[in-house]
Amino acid sequence: MSFEDWYRQDRLPHIYCAGCGNGTIINCTLAAIDQMGWKKEETVFVSGIGCSSRAPGYILTDSLHTTHGRALAFATGVKMANPCLNVVVFTGDGDLAAIGGNHFIHACRRNIDLTVVCMNNQIYGMTGGQGSPTTPIGCLSSTTPFGCAETPFDLCELATAAGANYVSRWTSYHVKELEKAVRSGLETPGFSFIEALVQCPTAFGRRNKFRQVADHVEYLRTHSLLKAKRDRMLESGEKIPGDMFVVGELTRRNRPAMGVKP
Amino acid sequence: MTSRLEFWQGNTACAEGALAAGCTFFGGYPITPSTEIAEHMAAKLPKKGGVFIQMEDEIASMASIIGASWTGARAMTATSGPGFSLMMENIGFAAMTETPCVVVNVQRGGPSTGQPTMSAQGDMMQVRFGSHGDYAIIALCPATVQEMYELTVKAFNLADKYRVPVFLMADETIGHMREKILIPDKVERVGRKPLMRGTLPFKADADLIPGFGQFGTGHHIHVTGLTHDERGYPCATNPKLHAALVQRLVDKIETARYEMADYDIINPESSKVFIAYGAPVRTVQQVMHDNKDKDIGFLRLRTVWPFPERALARFRNVQEFFVPEMNLGQIAREIERHVKVPVISIPKLGGELHTPADLVAPLEAHQ
Repeated sequence: MSFEDWYRQDRLPHIYCAGCGNGTIINCTLAAIDQMGWKKEETVFVSGIGCSSRAPGYILTDSLHTTHGRALAFATGVKMANPCLNVVVFTGDGDLAAIGGNHFIHACRRNIDLTVVCMNNQIYGMTGGQGSPTTPIGCLSSTTPFGCAETPFDLCELATAAGANYVSRWTSYHVKELEKAVRSGLETPGFSFIEALVQCPTAFGRRNKFRQVADHVEYLRTHSLLKAKRDRMLESGEKIPGDMFVVGELTRRNRPAMGVKP
Repeated sequence: MTSRLEFWQGNTACAEGALAAGCTFFGGYPITPSTEIAEHMAAKLPKKGGVFIQMEDEIASMASIIGASWTGARAMTATSGPGFSLMMENIGFAAMTETPCVVVNVQRGGPSTGQPTMSAQGDMMQVRFGSHGDYAIIALCPATVQEMYELTVKAFNLADKYRVPVFLMADETIGHMREKILIPDKVERVGRKPLMRGTLPFKADADLIPGFGQFGTGHHIHVTGLTHDERGYPCATNPKLHAALVQRLVDKIETARYEMADYDIINPESSKVFIAYGAPVRTVQQVMHDNKDKDIGFLRLRTVWPFPERALARFRNVQEFFVPEMNLGQIAREIERHVKVPVISIPKLGGELHTPADLVAPLEAHQ
């Protein structure tokens, strides 16, 4: 099979804007799942509300498109009631880190056996471009018209601190790395969190000097700092530029987990 | 059928009723005066192979039981006023997605934090209308420890049959009261109508209820809170489809109201008639016991929503209905909608039960 066999063909075309990065992330996720050899009838996708959360509606498995921010709480119910199911959650920065922040830290703490793929476009795309908890300082959105003044969340540090077994971050540029990271997340018992930074030309890019979709993807590429390089820089006392973000496998451990397939 | 005698608290009876009904998933959050239900489930469920999980809040509790229900589990949560308020959005999700589940609300005094340890019936309108949009649910009200058990069992059966959230609207009085209870050896279980292969997952049959396509059984169901077509696919901008969907969600409950109606009619020829549900039933019973010489009728409701209004017409000679409630007349207002005779609301706030004198005074004033 290939990742394409997982799509609900009668639901296409999708609602994503031209140039959106979400499709890339969904393809990478489905490719990783396909490699796992999982059966469709044993796999459940769960999501909340937002652009990223529309993904399960395009996938040919059982899926639960829930309320804003609550995907992890619903997924906890599914996974705990039937640990034999493989449960994958699609979410976004607003859904996961703002309204769903409490569920996020508690799902990490329980280390429940879910794989969570967060498409972080650093903005509320579905509602037309409002600032989110991951909007970088100084960036423009419809609710930060003078530039975002709040410090953004580092979702990966949050997941690690809260207890997740597997954490990694990549971008929509790094498709092979992302696919591998999702695969590692699916293989790791316990809570796996994969953050994928994505371009959002409609709501983020056009307000923030990314005139072309490729400009934003190029920005993501050039501002990614490999974890190994970051570690070397830290060791040598080199200063890490403030606009860089770390990518790579950030956490992998084997803490006790809940809801693992018997 | 044999049975055994116990002396239990109402909340214990509720938890035991759930276990007898085959509940295998409880997601909850501690809140007075419902906590004993969660504690009892925490102790008992794992030993029966079920799952108890204490969630991070009541929003998550409600979400978890909906998720569990789609895997086929009989799932329940229990809470009280503030937690009930938090559950509202996901209750609407359960109604929209036709997810069977049971929510127990052991009511306490509100609004806000109010009176955590005192009794009330202030959430009777919230349970019917608290989530946004039009929908319908089922609400049952126990007045004895026995009914805490029996109506919990019934709640699971109704939830599975009608694919709707069902509410056990108890109150602190019944939840914390201890009295005699007869435990049957076996209880009735009505399961979910399964989804047939080749049938669309949200296409209703003549009874307006679609078959249930359990997760993990190969139906590949998409469940969404968005307005959806019979395939389950989002169609949120189709006016006709939305109207038809919401109408069906309401009609499947409203048209079945007499099938599920559960009430007692006592002295139907009387001219003065009490109507009560939950704890105030106890006071009405005392008043009737103390005034056997007087002509007093009684409609004792166990199903409050959908409201079984046809029961009101059984009192052919009624001149006034008297409705004692531990709120400011929430169901009295519903009764007014259906009758031409005066409806005398007897509200009681503060957390204490009506005394017999509270009921006799209005009765005498209307002689």
